[in-house]
Amino acid sequence: MDQANAIELKNITKRFGKVIANEGVNLTLKKGEILSILGENGSGKTTLMNMLSGIYMPDEGQIFMDGKEVSIHSPKDALDLKIGMIHQHFKLIDILTAAENIILGLPGSHVLKTAQIEEEIKKIIESYGFDLNPSQKIYDMSVSQKQTVEIIKVLYRGADVLILDEPTAVLTPQETDKLFAILRNMRESGKSIIIITHKLQEVLDISDRVAVLRKGKYMGSVNTQEATVGGLTEMMVGEKITLDIKRNDPVDPQLRLKVDKLTVKNMEGIKVVNEVTFTSNSGEILGIAGIAGSGQKELLEAIAGLEKIEDGKVIYHACDGKEIILSDLSPEGIKNQGVNYSFVPEDRLGMGLVGNMDITDNMMLRSYRNGKSIFTDRKAPKKLALDIIQELGVVTPGVTTPVRRLSGGNVQKVLVGREIACNPNVLMVAYPVRGLDINSSYMIYNLLSDQKEQGCAVICVIEDLDVLIELCDRIIVLCNGKITGTLDARKTTKEEVGILMTKDTKEGE
Amino acid sequence: MSTVGQKEVKEPLIRMMKRDSIPARTAWLIRIAAVILALIVCAFAIVAITKLDPFQVYVGIIDGAIGNSRRTWVTIRDILVLLGIAIALTPAFKMKFWNIGAEGQVLMGGLASAALMIYVGDKVPNWLLLITIFVASTVAGMVWGLIPAFFKSYFNTNETLFTLMMNYVAMQIITYCIVFWESPAGSNTVGVINAAKRAGWFPQILGSTYGLNVIMVLLLTVGMFLYLKYTKQGYEISVVGDSQNTARYAAINVKKVIIRTMVISGGICGLMGSIIVSGASHTISTSTAGGRGFTAIIVAWMSKFNPFAMILVSALLVFMQEGSIQIASQYGLNENASELITGIILFFLIGCEFFVNYKVEFRKKQKGVI
Amino acid sequence: MDIITVFIQKAIGQGIGILFGASGEIITEKSGNLNLGIPGIMYMGGIAGLMGAFFYENATDNPIPMLGVIISLLAAFLCAAFGALIYSILTITFRANQNVVGLALTTFGVGFGNFFGGSISKMAGGVGQISVSTTASLYQKQIPGLSKIPVIGPILFSYGFLTYTAVIIAIYLTFYLRKTRSGLNLRSVGENPATADAAGIGVTKYKYLATVLGGGIAGLGGLYFVMEYLGGTWTNNGFGDRGWLAIALVIFALWDPSKAIFGSFLFGAFFILYIYIPGLSRSAQELFKMVPYLVTILVLILTSLRNKRENQPPASLGEPYFREER
Repeated sequence: MDQANAIELKNITKRFGKVIANEGVNLTLKKGEILSILGENGSGKTTLMNMLSGIYMPDEGQIFMDGKEVSIHSPKDALDLKIGMIHQHFKLIDILTAAENIILGLPGSHVLKTAQIEEEIKKIIESYGFDLNPSQKIYDMSVSQKQTVEIIKVLYRGADVLILDEPTAVLTPQETDKLFAILRNMRESGKSIIIITHKLQEVLDISDRVAVLRKGKYMGSVNTQEATVGGLTEMMVGEKITLDIKRNDPVDPQLRLKVDKLTVKNMEGIKVVNEVTFTSNSGEILGIAGIAGSGQKELLEAIAGLEKIEDGKVIYHACDGKEIILSDLSPEGIKNQGVNYSFVPEDRLGMGLVGNMDITDNMMLRSYRNGKSIFTDRKAPKKLALDIIQELGVVTPGVTTPVRRLSGGNVQKVLVGREIACNPNVLMVAYPVRGLDINSSYMIYNLLSDQKEQGCAVICVIEDLDVLIELCDRIIVLCNGKITGTLDARKTTKEEVGILMTKDTKEGE
Repeated sequence: MSTVGQKEVKEPLIRMMKRDSIPARTAWLIRIAAVILALIVCAFAIVAITKLDPFQVYVGIIDGAIGNSRRTWVTIRDILVLLGIAIALTPAFKMKFWNIGAEGQVLMGGLASAALMIYVGDKVPNWLLLITIFVASTVAGMVWGLIPAFFKSYFNTNETLFTLMMNYVAMQIITYCIVFWESPAGSNTVGVINAAKRAGWFPQILGSTYGLNVIMVLLLTVGMFLYLKYTKQGYEISVVGDSQNTARYAAINVKKVIIRTMVISGGICGLMGSIIVSGASHTISTSTAGGRGFTAIIVAWMSKFNPFAMILVSALLVFMQEGSIQIASQYGLNENASELITGIILFFLIGCEFFVNYKVEFRKKQKGVI
Repeated sequence: MDIITVFIQKAIGQGIGILFGASGEIITEKSGNLNLGIPGIMYMGGIAGLMGAFFYENATDNPIPMLGVIISLLAAFLCAAFGALIYSILTITFRANQNVVGLALTTFGVGFGNFFGGSISKMAGGVGQISVSTTASLYQKQIPGLSKIPVIGPILFSYGFLTYTAVIIAIYLTFYLRKTRSGLNLRSVGENPATADAAGIGVTKYKYLATVLGGGIAGLGGLYFVMEYLGGTWTNNGFGDRGWLAIALVIFALWDPSKAIFGSFLFGAFFILYIYIPGLSRSAQELFKMVPYLVTILVLILTSLRNKRENQPPASLGEPYFREER
């Protein structure tokens, strides 16, 4: 099995300001293999691949192709070297057709021969078994169709090396199977493929070899046949971790929030949350499981009044027994009704925090209305900011540093710290430990448990199923916007949750 | 770590990187350098076009701007107008609402002011008339700011283009009114309103014709500084300007904030209209705002909402303008030389912000050196 | 000639200058640059063309009209393109705010035009009223023969060559944007520069080229006004606010140059309608001049209400693009 190397990376280092994204990475891709790059969120997988595709330039190190050193200054250079990357966030232009997107930036006749181009694209579609109409506009397409366009785009350019960044995060299991079949076809025709992922099972399913990154550093590679889940996990996360999360039994749970047949549509009119019904109790942590993009974000935002609700109800049961229908209210209305909820949204800097403001001013986001004066009070928020910096170990040059300059983990701590400081009755958190190291993650888990013990109803979306099962009291599983199961966290298993996460309910959309 | 390989990779000659922060002193040095460079370029242009000694010309500019007390007061008066409009625009820009409509908002305020001077000029005492003028002109500017804000907040209509068009609607309303107010007949101008009785004119305060102008604009400046920095509404403006999603998350009513802020912005523009009409020109025409609604946008933006910087930038621009008008007449040049010079200075000031925000590195091919 | 024929003829005459400006602004905006400097650029084009012809005519005893036309065309195009180049350097390379730079450019350009327009005669040694009648006569030359046909002649064939150039440019630009490869690339730069960049399109190059060429085209609008419309003279601020009308026309035409052709005639018609409506008082005439702006506002509101994807401004309009920004 000693194939020639298609790509060789030597000693690649990339920094963003003070943050080191990749440090001295060495990596080889052999011809005609499928290589998985495995790593936790924030381990530098995407940054590394972006240097191959010309989005970033390495600060140090060399890239070799077929034994020759190359320098890739732009995506164009990458394409000239027949490297094509399919990004996690699709780089497509909405108002153009699939065919127009596919030929974008290519040389050729000045006047477009649309019919001929579409014919060529149809050939690719047929030869690999894709399903796509080349003259369809992107804004009319589903996510998997858009991904298809991205892959064909790279193939049309004759790429020999394909890099796929988390391609399955947005796909249903059937779509994933289809994609893997296509990737295998490509390998047969001699292409080399890199697939970035953090899902172990997929790594074992599809790849020939696995390379592991941890905190920006290269940890080595293993042939998939010799790899085990345990071994890979260890390489990925470092020392073997035994989860030890504090979890007491709920004390006197009372109904706090009732979500009844909630339906939310996205901009394209697709039901991203589909008749979801569940309850959340005080003194209890409710976990939400699901593949990324199954409607978790929209569900939480709809409850917080930030998404337009198509149908259904959200009812808040106050401690004094009063019922307030939240689904009729704006965030302002919810606030005015005296509902005390906290929300850590998925999009930290785009929704939860103001990037250009310092920590103190960000603390004010929740409390600036306090008091009758028309002027704001900065003393209390400043004290809160200092407390959070100290207690959660936020690394920052000072309270006056704009939060956008902080690293992802520290941004996260600031946000979670503020939301918990509100002493909420309902606390909703999306991916509370994304970007955090293990220690900080545990600190956050324990904070959530503390909130639960103080009688708060906690709802959290967590990617890591092990954590979810050990931290939560109950779990609901979302798949394609629908609830596929409600489980007792103490009795369920990872496998059971995993199956429900991919259990498609036949109705399509 | 393995050994570091030889670096043969070609790096681009110039790399630009965003600075983390820059000492305020360095930033100001860069800006001052830009102004000096601009003046040098202007000097070359002057020599090329007029063959005059540029030093003499600059001395002439200084003389023209502050050569005697009358000229100095005109310069101060015009600085105040530019400053006031820039102050008016600041809350809108801080909210990232592109109010290009200051020209029209000022004109509408001026129009309200002129209308009151003409129709009720001799019917009420002057203090009452002035108060009425302030209220009416503010309201007129508010309406002109409210219309685009309403469509922006409810239908996301592009505010840059909307407010731009509103300027020309305002100008046409003025030419319409001039038809009725023209004096002397057939001149197509309004002439000095209430020249004899001075009804609706600003009174002399602190021994100066423009005393009230100074007081009003400085109050507005300080007020706006406090409003943006210390009030709850000012805080809301900052949040909306940074991210509307965050604002909604923080239970801020974004539509309300947009409309409220534009009403304030337009209102102050309208008030500035009354300061121009009642406090300075005592007449109305389509050039009452005279492009200052546009120049103020540049002033506000370049000062990054800092009122102190705004005073400096307005002063620099007006100083150069008044000075150039003077040398233009002195040397028989066209008075539009001032716009030319203003333009060049603006280009340099705008361009230098890049060097304040970005670090430019020239990379040489070097081996092993970091 | 009956009054309607004259009206149409005059409306087209008014519209062409705006059409040049709008065509130039459309390809500029298609690259994601909102160039509010277009009014200034049009002044720059107008005065540069006039000066080119003027110095040429003054330098020779027997000026050849054709040479005058070529010189003025080049001067107008290059000077306007230079204005757009200043804008490009400041917004694309120096990443300054587009609105601010555009407005500064308009201040500069209008000053530039009026300054040289006012001092050109002094610079040439005090020759009095500037006139470039030799060159202008060729600009104003109608199509021989065809322009004499009744009704059709005046409406279709009674214009100088710049009028037809304007229409041809607009039609070609529509074809370019819709049917050519580089047009597709340009649209993608304006819609989503990051995507265009990833596809290997030189975003900076396209932005520069579109903005500079767009500026040059807009400058021809100023030249048209000076030469064909005014017959080779300059009056300060004579061009008025037509530059802003050009920006309004871009919106009205929904970023499609071929729609801008009829839009420009319509705007021209609004501009002069008041003269042709009998019995209008002077004040009512002024209100009529408001119509183009009101119509533009209406179009702006309607497109934002209908929200049809194809009719929206280019998605990245007004935004700077910097690849490594994060």
